[in-house]
Amino acid sequence: MIRVQAEPFDPGAELTAFLARCGGAGGVASFVGRVRDRDGATPILAMTLEHYPGMTERKLAEIESEARRRWPLADSLVIHRYGRMLPGEPIVLVATAAAHRQDALAACSFLIDWLKTRAPFWKMEETPAGARWVEARASDEEAAARWVLAAAD
Amino acid sequence: MKVRYFAWLRQRTGVAEEELPLPEGVRTVGELARYLGERHPRFGEVLRTPGVVRFALNQEYVDADAPVGPDDEVAFFPPVTGG
Repeated sequence: MIRVQAEPFDPGAELTAFLARCGGAGGVASFVGRVRDRDGATPILAMTLEHYPGMTERKLAEIESEARRRWPLADSLVIHRYGRMLPGEPIVLVATAAAHRQDALAACSFLIDWLKTRAPFWKMEETPAGARWVEARASDEEAAARWVLAAAD
Repeated sequence: MKVRYFAWLRQRTGVAEEELPLPEGVRTVGELARYLGERHPRFGEVLRTPGVVRFALNQEYVDADAPVGPDDEVAFFPPVTGG
């Protein structure tokens, strides 16, 4: 299931609902991405996520389909917010359920790695010196690329 | 056609989206970008640096050589930073 929303969400409540929904699957993995409170020595006061409505949902659905093609998942969930949020607020929740933990953990890791490099979101951070757009990191591309190599094996 | 700009490219053009007829002589996304770069010089500036501007055609990522038509939606944006 994919949800793209401006409203805050409660990861605990979402995970409880996910656990109830995914029935008897023996392994459930999850990842929560939050607004950080600093970047090195620079305090982060707030973050605004811009997205491309329509394309975002389409890309997230494709990424979820790819995860379910690669691993035998009982269920999966991606919630991603957009708009302005404060340090500590959840931005993204990824949860996966499978019969075995390896599949749940690998699929969860894959989903967040691919989402970061393929879903059309852009982060703008507010700092005491003003607002700045977050630059894409080469390490995120490398993290996503390892799954391309894994598929070729 | 519809053209959309996101993140700091939107700030450089000063518009989030615009409607325009397919410009004469424009056959690809890259040619459209160069045409729009003349209309929005601060957008045109960053087109000279490869890799800074990414393209989507009808909400799918494409390269600069993708062909465009009069009913297409084209988007320009920097590399994504979600998650």
